[in-house]
Amino acid sequence: MYILRSVLGPFVVAFIGIFFGLLYKGVDRILHARMQKRVGPPVTQPFLDVRKLLIKENLVPENAVDWLFNLMPVLSLVSVTSILLYIPLGFEPLLSTKGDLILILYLLMLPAICLMVGAFASSSPYATVGAQREMVMMISYEFPLAVTIISMVWRLSKVHAASNLFTLEYISTHPLWGEVGVFGAIGLVILLVVLLTVIPVELSRVPFDIPEAESEIAGGLLAEYSGKNLAMFYMSDAVKAIVMAGLVVALFFPYTISQYFGWPLYLEYIIDFAFFLVKTFIIVFVSVTVVRTAFARYKIDQVTYVFWVPVTVASLIGLLLLYLDVIL
Amino acid sequence: MSEKKKKLQRIIKAIWIFNWFNSCGFCELVPVVGSRWDMERFGMIIVGTPRHADVLFIAGYQTLKSIKRAQRIYEQMAQPKVVLALGSCTITGGMYWDSYNTVKRLEDYIPVNMYIPGCPPRPEAVFEACAKIFQHVEEMD
Repeated sequence: MYILRSVLGPFVVAFIGIFFGLLYKGVDRILHARMQKRVGPPVTQPFLDVRKLLIKENLVPENAVDWLFNLMPVLSLVSVTSILLYIPLGFEPLLSTKGDLILILYLLMLPAICLMVGAFASSSPYATVGAQREMVMMISYEFPLAVTIISMVWRLSKVHAASNLFTLEYISTHPLWGEVGVFGAIGLVILLVVLLTVIPVELSRVPFDIPEAESEIAGGLLAEYSGKNLAMFYMSDAVKAIVMAGLVVALFFPYTISQYFGWPLYLEYIIDFAFFLVKTFIIVFVSVTVVRTAFARYKIDQVTYVFWVPVTVASLIGLLLLYLDVIL
Repeated sequence: MSEKKKKLQRIIKAIWIFNWFNSCGFCELVPVVGSRWDMERFGMIIVGTPRHADVLFIAGYQTLKSIKRAQRIYEQMAQPKVVLALGSCTITGGMYWDSYNTVKRLEDYIPVNMYIPGCPPRPEAVFEACAKIFQHVEEMD
């Protein structure tokens, strides 16, 4: 059983991630269209896009560094699906060590770094500009993200004295909402809002899509990619949405509903997974679809300002409120 | 079923378009993008770089200078690729037919797969062209 789980598990999780990531992308496009009074594409459109990209010619520019250019899409997809192994998808995650959450913080950087290296390797001036913008964006959003996660774990350490506080499995089985007072609850809400603002930047969706701004720098990071390589970046982008939403779910809404039914074990897995999908979908809808319909694209200096001043201050206020909750 | 038909059947489900629009050319595609006709229903979207594109839309009158850029864009697109010419200026030079500098026969410069006449072409005409392409692919051997 253990061998079966460790051999087949990653494939199943990767399949789940890619399938539901693409499905969410389709639903996101439909809802985005409906909010603009359009009909929108069919739900399966992202699958059709990928299917088409797989048969397109895979062009490598003449001046590009071939092996880096071709390696980065694979690495991006692999790294983003490997984060998914640490995220509890309604049931306990496949992999779990002492410092999951810190590992996830670093792994979340990897897809962005892959994009950047791929863009630099493609030797296109547009891609280079996009890569530099992506770098600036990474500098701006990492700090609030880290503050949010660390302050939640710190508050948890004041309640439980366990040694594996940084594992997502532990955090998701011990939700914080019941343990904190009024100040703590306000602080948690602020931290939740901060994390929801970080999601669209992490996914580089519309208000923060400056690295791949197609109207100014011609697709930016992905300017030179086509065919299979582009399909892999497309899929890793889709999986990333699940990963980010799954992280928010695991930190803030880890509740399950299977205990109210008393059904057999395998049905419990299925119903918990379905409930997880509902929760992630709500988060994706709120922080990606609505935001990208309502806002226009920011300039690069505005993004840096937004994340260095208001969002960072908000996350620090959240931390302060959690601290007040402990000492009062 | 031939290899080519298999490929084209996949492409007509998800057409990514790159625009090469001179002068007033863009007003010919704007209604198709907008919410009344909404080309995203058929999976068509506009992309920002020729590398991602399957279809190159050419509109507006082409000068001898601008056609070089259009050719370079065409060369950068990944196979299989299709070129559609929109509007009468593109096809015959339109009201600039007697200018020394206007391209009057586009296929001398770029392999054009289909012409859509009109000044500007109605969105229905654009969709009819797409429907014809779909039908052509379905009827292929």
